[in-house]
Amino acid sequence: MTAGLPPSQGGRRLTIAEALREAIAEEMRHDEKVFLIGEDVGVPGGFGGAFGVYLGLTEEFGHERIIDTPISEKAIAGAAVGAALMGMRPIPDLQYSDFLFECMDELVNQAAKMRYMSNGKLSVPMVLRCPVGTANRGAQHGQSPESYFVHVPGLKVVCVSDAYHAKGLLKSAVRDDDPVIFFEHKLLYGSKGREQAGGMDLTSYVPEEEYFFPIGKAVVKREGTSVTVVATHMSLYRSLAAAEELARDGIECEVIDPLTLLPLDEETIFASVRKTGRLVIAHEDTLTGGWGGELAARVAEECLFSLEAPIRRVASHDVPLPVAPVMEQTVVPSVARITAAIRRCCEG
Amino acid sequence: MSSDNRAASAEPGSEPGTTEVDAYDELELYRRMQLIRRFEERVYLVYLQGEIPGTLHQYQGQEAVAVGVCDVLRRTDWITSTHRPHGHALAKGVDLRAAMAELYGKATGCCGGKGGSMHLGDPSVGMLPAIAIVGGGNTVVTGLGLAFKLMHTDQVAVCFFGEGASNEGAFHEGLNFAAVQHLPIVFACENNLYGASTPFTLTSLVPDVAARAAAYGVRGEIVDGMDVLAVREAAGRAVADARAGAGPILLEFKTYRFAGHSRGDVRGYRSREEEAEWKGRDPIVRIRESLALTVGEEVLDATDTGVEAALDDAIEFARQSPLPRAEDALTDAYATVISRESAP
Repeated sequence: MTAGLPPSQGGRRLTIAEALREAIAEEMRHDEKVFLIGEDVGVPGGFGGAFGVYLGLTEEFGHERIIDTPISEKAIAGAAVGAALMGMRPIPDLQYSDFLFECMDELVNQAAKMRYMSNGKLSVPMVLRCPVGTANRGAQHGQSPESYFVHVPGLKVVCVSDAYHAKGLLKSAVRDDDPVIFFEHKLLYGSKGREQAGGMDLTSYVPEEEYFFPIGKAVVKREGTSVTVVATHMSLYRSLAAAEELARDGIECEVIDPLTLLPLDEETIFASVRKTGRLVIAHEDTLTGGWGGELAARVAEECLFSLEAPIRRVASHDVPLPVAPVMEQTVVPSVARITAAIRRCCEG
Repeated sequence: MSSDNRAASAEPGSEPGTTEVDAYDELELYRRMQLIRRFEERVYLVYLQGEIPGTLHQYQGQEAVAVGVCDVLRRTDWITSTHRPHGHALAKGVDLRAAMAELYGKATGCCGGKGGSMHLGDPSVGMLPAIAIVGGGNTVVTGLGLAFKLMHTDQVAVCFFGEGASNEGAFHEGLNFAAVQHLPIVFACENNLYGASTPFTLTSLVPDVAARAAAYGVRGEIVDGMDVLAVREAAGRAVADARAGAGPILLEFKTYRFAGHSRGDVRGYRSREEEAEWKGRDPIVRIRESLALTVGEEVLDATDTGVEAALDDAIEFARQSPLPRAEDALTDAYATVISRESAP
């Protein structure tokens, strides 16, 4: 099943990892100011990044532009900020988004504020790639911390869930003059997540020719009239699975992948909510203070009189992440929880 | 007082200021230090009169460091600064009027009123908005050095920081990364003995920040920060080495802030005897005494008069300048703003 993925146009299909690699290679060929910096990104015989996204890039671009660093997240982020201020376009890599907390000063106090403090004379064009999401790695290697960064004016926050948008958005992010935090889900890189993603084909159509997908634009992954479901990453695929199931009962879900969380594409989401009158939000970030709350507030402010039922959120429960699969699956939004939330929303 | 932790010291003489310095060269150093000193004293007065919003972290006593280091830098070299940036800004060449107007929160300020005292800076003269997070510049500066290396320019970046920052993780990560990448950076530590009210001896068993350089395979030097010529000599060698690819280098300037940590500090944590002892080594008095014998008192007095006139002009400029428009607060968070078109 390929629900929610861009329709096959007869061309080649790539995984997200392959699409990201292609985007990086294209941008490095296009602009000599683009470079990679992070842990285990280019060591000969190494990993090509924690998830293999960079395999083969050192052979083409050399070690001067694929920079292996000490395990020093503050230095990685600081070096990226400083280089970006000098006109370079760094792509720092942090392996796991849990490590973002090691360099919050560089991201929140420096990257996000340098342009403003300089009265617009400087900018910080960098793209920090961060894998998120549970994969039986526990409390310190499985978090989805997008919402912390949605709270920071000066940053842009992107979440990609399929290869087509991953490539198009990464290319746009590299050329964007603002700092972009680019979140990818570990289970969606390639074939490994297939089972947990409900047996879906995680490749998607990626054109041979160059293209960009704009930051700040959501996509409707499945059209429907009964209820709007806004979801990212694995929650998006679980929402699509829920939508399949609910369609058998006559509930037609309109499933939206926001793709950019900051700035959010309100236009697309509000238009859908005004059409369906109902909204469910699903994300793997925890519930309290999660970006779903911000979206719910905006919809309540702008679309209240279109709503026919209370907005429902499905998020990870407010606990740290356990490793044991049976517990982990309890914490993160499951197809069953999302299905139940949609049904409840549609009963209201 | 200058010492060198590494047996093989750098080659002197490759940059100006490392050998004979003529009297008018020294007079210019004096003028810049005097400008900073009088800037701080007059800013304090207008601050007390309620003309400047916020708080102030002042630089009196440390002028030799900013002036001596920046004297060996080119306009295309960059510096990062701290919450105490006035001296660095004026020494690197930020326009005096624009610096004063920034303190006043005026539209004509070097950051349009968005930065204020703690974020003075101007990219056109090679100064980032000052970074007021202790240690914040120590990682960001590595990116400046990395960019220069990748772009194959011969620019150098200098990171000013205090001894307090040497207890931050950022100091260690930044220094180590700069070292393994051989970046063209001079880490310029101004050890003024106190982090706010806390003496360095309470926070580090290592008395000299310069000694920490050895842990990263970097040359560390202790320099008399109360002697502008010693500062310039050491900085000249360090910057020349960094420019030649032998960076980074860590310089520790032993210095003292004559004023409190910030505007309301009555300095109860240090003795008046200690203050008097350090004021006895006032870098401006020191060079003035030497210059009196060469250029003469008359020239020095004329220089002072020129400094006061420049400050009169800057203060008047700041006073007369327009306030920023209130709506300007909402611009410049992003380079590319994606419009939100939400229907009411």
